Amino acid sequence: MLLRTVARRSSRWITALGLLVVTLAACSTDQYPQTTLLPRGDFAKIADDLLDTTVRWALLVFVLVEGVLLYAVFRFRGKPGDAEPHQTHGNTTVEVIWTVIPALILAAIAVPTVRAIFQTNATPGKDALTIEVVGHQWWWEFRYPEFNITTANEMHVPVGRMVSLRMGSNDVIHSFWVPQFAAKRDVFANRETRMWFTAQAEGDYPGQCAEFCGIQHGRMAHRIKAQKPEEFQAWVAHMQTLGPKPPGAAAPAGDQQYALGEKLFTGKGCIACHSFAAVNAPKGMVGPNLANIGSRSYLAAGTLKNTDENLARWIRDPQGIKKGVLMPNLGVTEAEAQALVAYLRAQK
Amino acid sequence: MATRVLDQHPAHAAAHGEKTGLWSWVTTVDHKRIGILYGATAFFFFLLGGVEALLLRIQLGSPESTFLSPDTYNQLFTMHGTTMIFLAIMPLSAMFFNYLIPLQIGARDVAFPRLNAFSYWVFLLGGLFLNSSFLFGAAPDQGWFGYANLTSKQYSPGLNVDFWMLGLQILGIASLAAAVNFFVTVLNMRAPGMTLMRMPMFVWMSFITQVLLLLAFPVITVALILLMYDRFFGSNFFVPSGGGDPLLWQHLFWIFGHPEVYILILPAFGIVSEVLPVFSRKPLFGYAAMVFSGVFIAFLGFGVWSHHMFSTGMGPLADTFFALTTMLIAIPTGVKIFNWIGTMWGGSLQYRTPMLFAIGFIAMFIIGGLSGVMHSSPPADLQQTDTYFVVAHFHYVLFGGSIFGLTAGAYYWWPKMFGRLLDERLGKLHFWLMLIGFNLTFFPMHFVGLHGMPRRVYTYPEGLGFDLMNQIETAGSFVLTVAFLVFLYNIFKTSRQPRNAPADPWNGATLEWSIPSPPPEFNFAEIPTVHGRDALWEMKRQRGGQLPEPIRASGAGIHMPNPSYWPLVTAVGVLAVFVSLMVIGHTGVLGVAAAIALLFVGVYMWAYEPAG
Amino acid sequence: MTAHAHPAHLETSTGLDNRKLAIWTFIGSECMFFATLISNYLVNKGRSLVGPYPHEPWTSPAGQHFEPIFEIPLVTLGTALLLFSSLFVVLALSGAQRGDRKALLGWLAATLACGIFFVGMQVYEFTHFVHRGLGFTTNLFGSSFYTLTGFHGTHVTIGVIWLATLWIDALRGRLQPHRALNLEMAALYWHFVDVVWIIIFPVVYLIK
Repeated sequence: MLLRTVARRSSRWITALGLLVVTLAACSTDQYPQTTLLPRGDFAKIADDLLDTTVRWALLVFVLVEGVLLYAVFRFRGKPGDAEPHQTHGNTTVEVIWTVIPALILAAIAVPTVRAIFQTNATPGKDALTIEVVGHQWWWEFRYPEFNITTANEMHVPVGRMVSLRMGSNDVIHSFWVPQFAAKRDVFANRETRMWFTAQAEGDYPGQCAEFCGIQHGRMAHRIKAQKPEEFQAWVAHMQTLGPKPPGAAAPAGDQQYALGEKLFTGKGCIACHSFAAVNAPKGMVGPNLANIGSRSYLAAGTLKNTDENLARWIRDPQGIKKGVLMPNLGVTEAEAQALVAYLRAQK
Repeated sequence: MATRVLDQHPAHAAAHGEKTGLWSWVTTVDHKRIGILYGATAFFFFLLGGVEALLLRIQLGSPESTFLSPDTYNQLFTMHGTTMIFLAIMPLSAMFFNYLIPLQIGARDVAFPRLNAFSYWVFLLGGLFLNSSFLFGAAPDQGWFGYANLTSKQYSPGLNVDFWMLGLQILGIASLAAAVNFFVTVLNMRAPGMTLMRMPMFVWMSFITQVLLLLAFPVITVALILLMYDRFFGSNFFVPSGGGDPLLWQHLFWIFGHPEVYILILPAFGIVSEVLPVFSRKPLFGYAAMVFSGVFIAFLGFGVWSHHMFSTGMGPLADTFFALTTMLIAIPTGVKIFNWIGTMWGGSLQYRTPMLFAIGFIAMFIIGGLSGVMHSSPPADLQQTDTYFVVAHFHYVLFGGSIFGLTAGAYYWWPKMFGRLLDERLGKLHFWLMLIGFNLTFFPMHFVGLHGMPRRVYTYPEGLGFDLMNQIETAGSFVLTVAFLVFLYNIFKTSRQPRNAPADPWNGATLEWSIPSPPPEFNFAEIPTVHGRDALWEMKRQRGGQLPEPIRASGAGIHMPNPSYWPLVTAVGVLAVFVSLMVIGHTGVLGVAAAIALLFVGVYMWAYEPAG
Repeated sequence: MTAHAHPAHLETSTGLDNRKLAIWTFIGSECMFFATLISNYLVNKGRSLVGPYPHEPWTSPAGQHFEPIFEIPLVTLGTALLLFSSLFVVLALSGAQRGDRKALLGWLAATLACGIFFVGMQVYEFTHFVHRGLGFTTNLFGSSFYTLTGFHGTHVTIGVIWLATLWIDALRGRLQPHRALNLEMAALYWHFVDVVWIIIFPVVYLIK
């Protein structure tokens, strides 16, 4: 009788709590663009299904156990003059029951868990799109060996085709986190780690480094642009036209700012750390590849929106915006910055 | 070991029993005084860690805040974690080990009073060393678990990691010394009739904790040595370019690190297991189950470490193994929770402050345990790890668990230690403020973590939906601040009351309540003989509720150990060795040799201290 | 203040003296310490990027040739002496417990001689290795080897100092039978140090 009451009350509690959880987890990627709770990729779905399973059991246990605790707190409240209660020492049957039942619940979690472990560790098939991810302090490098192109901080993927990530680090341990499509995997300097996902919805999604990697760990974000396959192919084709630029070649005719910016890019030393070659890009550069910097949404690994004003600010005072970043303050004047912005804005 | 016989003359005895003055504290080998030293020092560091947390919360209270620079933030979050774990929770537990273990087993002191003092001084000096880093603007900033290869000389060229590495080494020595001491004390110094299965549960949990300390600390000692060799002498244990493996650090660290979290929680388990029966007026439910679940947790605790490494790509077999062991360890943990509830069930519950904190502990620990189970599934954990979800988890078990438990112990044993009862009304206010503040601060972290906020980030942008939850968390941290101010006020107010607490204000079940509050230097005028569990309840039952025999005021004829300053000298020697390693660039091998010489002098004089 | 000697044997719950239990406890902890160091050696085995190597010859890119670095016969001798020293310290302890001053001094001196030879052997070995091109930071093998055997050697050295101090005590007639526990504790530590070497020797030197 008590059990039925408890069960009925609990199921109502569970529903109420579940609704509360869902409400608080209010699901829309507009509100929570980086949420793990709205999976849009197969890997992330596996993780989310497991979360669902564990949350359900956790809520059940929570309601039951906290409920019993709360009940005891009220029911057995001592009053002055109370006689000494019955001096129970234990009950072996009850001990067995409350050892076995949790074990069964855990088994119910373990079975789908083990299955999912092997699923998520499987090697993607040959038609997967391989993307190499290299973590740097504090930006992300993305290479597409299939197309021989390299970019930074913004990863384009085609919807509906499996992506196979092969990952490493240029320096310390970072963690590549794609909450919407996959999950996270650490990257190391001395071994390759892997993750895979298939994007199942278009869109522009943020992610962040998830392993403390030094002073600017908090500003090491990336973006994934999941595109229709044709749009993705168009992007690839365009990137494949971006080789190292001969001087003056792409200069819009008579554009003084562009020409000045181009001269400054070498003169100020930017060229030592940054390459414009998306194709056959050199490896191990200190700074991100800038082949399509003009069209990226963000600057400095998600730190600033890519506007002309922000770009000028960044060029003039990277240390003030992202203290400790490996890009030094080079004493660039306002006028020089404008020229450089014009030059960079044209690299799209 | 040098001892003295307590004086025959009552007047002298009273005077000698309570030595005052700084020197008496500096040379004390009395476990009760050492306990108080541990407690006061740990509480100070706890408040320091709390201030660090408050600063972090202010920074995170709004997006893109510039209240703290990134390097300051990183130092603060590292020191907050390191301080809370090594300088607050562990030594607060040590306060209770020190004060209570001899009293609860019916002994006059610990097995090695000077070793006991030594461990306190090393702890104090280690804590000061670690925090002196702030003076150099080089507080540790690599996170409390210091992952390689961020900690290599190349990526952390400053003194920050050195302070952390050497500071932890010093603290490890304190823990090991204390662990040897308490292990022997519990095994060897129990009153006649007190078999292992008649010991108070606090003593059992503390005993298991000592075993964990003895077996876990050597592992981090080696890890820190290897890191030191990499940083100071150019080896490549954790440096990839030299063939080393950063993952090796993680394995070594977590083989220590996971048992460490059981070191942090088991004493609180023990405290709660003392408080609940007394304030339920019935014995602990399932004593044997509680003992065996504690032993099983400790044993299995050495088999789960890579659940901290699920995102490193260890492969499906390793992931599966550690997932299963982690799930397994939830079972004995659950058994404990159920036995605590079973203790309350059918009792006559007395809602005094210690009981409120004990019940709060259970309620909060259940939540922390459940989020732990959620982490145990690697594919799900790959979304949760390194986010605020795990920050929520470990704060529920360490704050909601350990701190609530330790606070219950503080209110419970305050009268025994200081002869005064803490104010009940202020205590209740403290409890409710702490419960509300704690949940406001940490519950939203479950959500903000699942919504994509990583941990250890010094700021976050607008537009990710983190703002409101962070605001709530920051507000909660201010409520917590008020809670601690109330506690401080309670302590201050109580200190001005007369010292007239009775020996047994709570109708306790264990032997410490049979002697005066506070106890005389010799603890027990006569060592009691024990006939069962809950020894004091048993004795009172046989005397119609009265405490056994009137307590003698004089300890005439009792041998007590002499005070000594060699433990302090030796502790200074230990500090000197590590400081000399830190400055080896300036003082060279000669400096290290001099420090070692000081250490040897301390040890030698200690060993050969004349008797009587 | 009356001078009472502290009762040598208070009743203990296990029947063992506190100090004896303490040294066993400490040894238990030290087992984990050496287990970790040995594990570190094994983890790094075969991972060195360059030589010299323990069991194989190696030619550097610059053309310098290195023979396998270990000199087993010398270490075997040191090992044997260390093993015998455990026997000697047992005999010394027996002498102490019986009040046989000659046996105590003689066998304890023999123990010390073996210990000193062992440490000397290691110092010679290390110096020789460095001359032959294996420095502490040369490769992972060097770092792991010197760390493991260096810590063991340090433990032996501490043991030697401890036993030497007791030998001086014995010489001054201060190691009477009722204080034999002091020697017993040192002897237990000494046996531990020996057992650790019994593991290190095959794992490091013999197994390829």
